[in-house]
Amino acid sequence: MNAAGRLVRLAEHDRAPVRFSLDGHASDALEGDTVLTAILLSAGAVRAPEFGTEPRAGFCLMGACQDCWVWQEDGPRLRACSTPIAEGLRLLTAPPENWP
Amino acid sequence: MSETPPRVVIVGAGPAGIRAAEVLVAAGLRPTVIDEGARAGGQIYRRPPVGFTRTPKQLYGSEAAKAKALHDIFDRVSAEGRLIHRPRSSVIAVRDGVLHVLEDAALRQLPYDRLILATGASDRVAPIPGWQNPGVYSLGAAQIALKAQGVALGRRVLLAGSGPLLTLVGTQLLKAGADVAAVLDTSAWRRQMSGISGLAARPVFALRGLAMRARLGGRYRAGVVLEGIEADASGPVAVHWRDAGGRNRRTECDTVALGWHLRAETHLADLAGCSFAYDPDWSQWLPRTDPMGRAGNGVYLAGDGLRLLGSDGAERAGRLAAAACLTDLGLPTVSVAADLRRLARLDRFARGLARAFPWPAAMVRALPDETVLCRCEGVSVGELRQSVAFGGAEANRAKSLSRVGMGRCQGRYCQLAGAELIAAQAGCAPGEVGRLRGQAPVRPLPVGACLHEG
Repeated sequence: MNAAGRLVRLAEHDRAPVRFSLDGHASDALEGDTVLTAILLSAGAVRAPEFGTEPRAGFCLMGACQDCWVWQEDGPRLRACSTPIAEGLRLLTAPPENWP
Repeated sequence: MSETPPRVVIVGAGPAGIRAAEVLVAAGLRPTVIDEGARAGGQIYRRPPVGFTRTPKQLYGSEAAKAKALHDIFDRVSAEGRLIHRPRSSVIAVRDGVLHVLEDAALRQLPYDRLILATGASDRVAPIPGWQNPGVYSLGAAQIALKAQGVALGRRVLLAGSGPLLTLVGTQLLKAGADVAAVLDTSAWRRQMSGISGLAARPVFALRGLAMRARLGGRYRAGVVLEGIEADASGPVAVHWRDAGGRNRRTECDTVALGWHLRAETHLADLAGCSFAYDPDWSQWLPRTDPMGRAGNGVYLAGDGLRLLGSDGAERAGRLAAAACLTDLGLPTVSVAADLRRLARLDRFARGLARAFPWPAAMVRALPDETVLCRCEGVSVGELRQSVAFGGAEANRAKSLSRVGMGRCQGRYCQLAGAELIAAQAGCAPGEVGRLRGQAPVRPLPVGACLHEG
């Protein structure tokens, strides 16, 4: 996974910061970022693959492909492209350990 | 008409849904508008979240006035309480005159008397070797990332496919300061010229397209064959392709966006009982309606989910569907002649575009067996080909045997390539292999939502 992140911000830099955690590490985003944007600014993918070997980083960004559902440490999965990032979200790129 | 006002529901708040709502509201009805977006506008006129500061001109370019007009009319009517807006809501099933709506993580039932489906379209994508890697997106995704989030999907983006969106996204990314490695069009110049008679129906649009292509300069290449995406563990490294002269080329990039025009989003129309026909110009199955958008049983269709005419056509189709709905309710309505005439003209133009920038049938048929066809579950082209030998050349049987079309996307991104491959195997046309039946829920349904059904 690309530690430097995949996305590049080109505009809309002037927004309030939002803090969240990804795989237990503190991470920053801006208010109005989607969960997908927030994750991919610092990581190369949003989740581990269920099939095949390639990690997943979303595909359509319009809620059609369902590629970008991510886990939370606690609570239901989120569709990253259509969910705004929120302060304190604790996201995982792999299922929690207690998942059967 | 009974004393109770008719319950009219519109699904989708893009150009078609907004104009349909406007007509119904003007007639004194109070429709419900269900939309997956947080703010009305749809995809092409999608609005960034509240707090973003780019102007409509920066976001929508030459179409800024149209986008703003749609946003303004919807916001005004909604604020006046003349419609019921249910944003961030997904219709996941339709049955016996009831919509099943996923909203706030709960499942709710919404009965209707009349239903207007304005569900739009998504990218029509063809698989190429390596497209399952992270960092490969649809063209629409590249545009949404830029418009709604102000980000580029990568440091060096290569766009490939065919159709108006290809050059549009290329110029938008360049203008925003992204590094565009190349814009590879699988349609040959000769083919593009053959569609020109249809394009004459909208000279301004056609000229705008040529001007955009000029801005792309040497990045734009026509008549390309895509060979595959070279990738390492973090995603794409380069795209291998053959140019119009047959020379092998390699272009470095870290992100790829693919799209061949659009694929109508028809799952709900299917569940609502609409009939379909294969359209050879669009190389896909489209719902059948009368010229107004009537599909029967109180269901009306409008916009790209019915006919791929783009946003201008969607606005008109939305008005027509609402007018048909009013007529069927016995209510007076507006004149429709001008919209019908304009729609016929837009249809001629769009079919010209479809022929000039076609689905890459030959490229799909030539895919190597090991290419991933189903991104969701990693099913290969070879596995689908084998299933045809076992089960015959029928799309739903091939799906049962190979699982192509059974994954998370429910066939949205593999069905058309799958049909092409089945047809090639059986020696028939893709329209003859059948259409994948829509299955509810058309969006993933969290089990917890069923516990809060109400």
